[in-house]
Amino acid sequence: MAKSLLFPEFKVVRDENRCIACQVCVRQCANDVHIYDEEDDQVYSQEETCVGCQRCVTLCPTRALEVTKKEAGMRPNANWSINHLRNLYKQAETGGVLLTGMGCSEDYPIYWDHLLLNASQVTNPSIDPLREPIEIKTFLGRKEEFLDTDWEEEPPVLKTQLAPQLELSVPIMFSAMSYGSISYNAFRSLAEAAQEIGTFCNSGEGGLHPDFYLFGGNIIVQVASGRFGVHPGYLRAAAAVEIKIGQGAKPGIGGHLPGEKVSPDVSRTRKIPVGSDAISPAPHHDIYSIEDLERLILAIKEATNYKKPVSVKIAAVHNVAAIASGVVRAGADIVAIDGIRGGTGAAPQVIRDNVGIPIELALAQVDERLRREGIRHRASLVIAGGIRSSSDIIKAIALGADAVYIGTAALVALGCHLCQKCYTGKCNWGIATQDPYLTKRLNPNIGKRRLVALLHAWSAEIKEMLGGMGVNALESLRGNREHLRAVGLSREEREILGVKAAGEGW
Amino acid sequence: MKRIRIHEEYCIGCRLCEINCLVKHSRSGKIIKAFRGEEPRSLPRVRVEEEGYLSFALQCRHCDDAPCLENCPTGAMYRDEETQAVLCDEDKCIGCWMCIMSCPLGVIQRERKTKKVASKCDLCRGEEIPVCVKNCPNEALAYE
Repeated sequence: MAKSLLFPEFKVVRDENRCIACQVCVRQCANDVHIYDEEDDQVYSQEETCVGCQRCVTLCPTRALEVTKKEAGMRPNANWSINHLRNLYKQAETGGVLLTGMGCSEDYPIYWDHLLLNASQVTNPSIDPLREPIEIKTFLGRKEEFLDTDWEEEPPVLKTQLAPQLELSVPIMFSAMSYGSISYNAFRSLAEAAQEIGTFCNSGEGGLHPDFYLFGGNIIVQVASGRFGVHPGYLRAAAAVEIKIGQGAKPGIGGHLPGEKVSPDVSRTRKIPVGSDAISPAPHHDIYSIEDLERLILAIKEATNYKKPVSVKIAAVHNVAAIASGVVRAGADIVAIDGIRGGTGAAPQVIRDNVGIPIELALAQVDERLRREGIRHRASLVIAGGIRSSSDIIKAIALGADAVYIGTAALVALGCHLCQKCYTGKCNWGIATQDPYLTKRLNPNIGKRRLVALLHAWSAEIKEMLGGMGVNALESLRGNREHLRAVGLSREEREILGVKAAGEGW
Repeated sequence: MKRIRIHEEYCIGCRLCEINCLVKHSRSGKIIKAFRGEEPRSLPRVRVEEEGYLSFALQCRHCDDAPCLENCPTGAMYRDEETQAVLCDEDKCIGCWMCIMSCPLGVIQRERKTKKVASKCDLCRGEEIPVCVKNCPNEALAYE
């Protein structure tokens, strides 16, 4: 057999003075990197299959292990990077499209890091969130243009019928991750945390496992191009329905859940045979225009008695502002936009790393366009794709978002170490896998606790930042770009973001 | 009494409970020394049972009607009045292994170091939480 030219990506360094051959690493590695030799009473490592997930490093009781990036010995070359070489070797050997997981990891500008927030000094008082209430509750859904009120009545009566709303106690939701791409325990952690906090998680395109109907009040269900697991009960169980047109990690292409992850339970939820690949087409084959989208939105509203907001999720692509405008006009109550950093369980690497635009620019342009057209109130704007911290969230809100979706950040809270191997189904952290030996590694009680803690921490930080700005409600910051200033951006980028340069006053 | 409860659905079979139990009951109490320097190595008093995907850590249940207690001819096995734990007084143990014979769960072993006394879970005497519970990375053991 021809020798593979692929070289290991990681180096496993075992401190022999510390290793007690307890074999925790052997038992924890789903990639068979560590091997115990009974005769020598020693553990050896073969690094070829190591993905750098750090599971063994974390669990080693004597801290004898270190997994680091292996420096390839090739002559450094700015054009032919190690990643390019690896991919070339891999493709020359397999002849296939290279798959990957999680979000784009290329070195494109991250505009959050070029935006700075304002604070109050002398001329306006800042607020101490520990002493005074700061409101971060958020309502998602269509807002009325005019509220017709009968003031003659006592008390006055609101005559306008309000559109259905989602009530979020924090402006943060968990983005669409299907049961199938993630494990039962991971989904359970998200659903329980969403319920405890008073926000929403998203079923993704995987149907809803019967156990999760209980959490329906805190779940947004997705209707995507594969229509897996969609039936009237599914729509009825949810708090809202989301039509997924695109995903930030793979705009323009469909989904592919490898057959390895289609366990009996996943098969029941998705209504497809065990072990068969779940393939979602690239487009919805009944949506080739905004008018078609409108028909689906109306059909879903009809099916849910006009009681539930309908969201439409699109990827941030070049013409995103015009598309979003069409989506709002088609009757969407919420528009979700997923940027280039958006994650995935499996996507061709070339798509993930090269297609789409940064969410910051897309958000600024969509908000701007909808305002200019006078239809901003007709839909809430939710953004997703690489939200890493509470400051990213508050900047997003100042740029015009109503709320954000977090996916990767939530998974990291659950233990994900971003090894980008979700598509293999061998997640050592028990998140992106259906292998019963691996899924039990994520205890949903711990997972829920960690997610709740994360959202508590972020809410506290958001309140601190709001207080500093002298703003006592998130609503007052929404779309207020005067609270943002840009550093290190070109005039053009600032114009697109609608943000002044740092140093400019009012 | 407070007991160690097993949540087998979250046991990941890493055996960190065994490792930490062994260290706790070693002479030095230090992990590297306990494994590499102490001969004979002390025994873990908790054992991970595994079959297929199912695994769980099993240690003495400190039964209310403990057969080991009833069958011990010298009174070495006794119930601690304060914690209600079933413990072995090593000075009284004569190594007749009646306790091992009568234990329905097989959680009592011969201690290798002296070849005499019975070795079993003592709920980590003096510790607020037994080390197996404290060091279970996935909370598959609870002390409640």
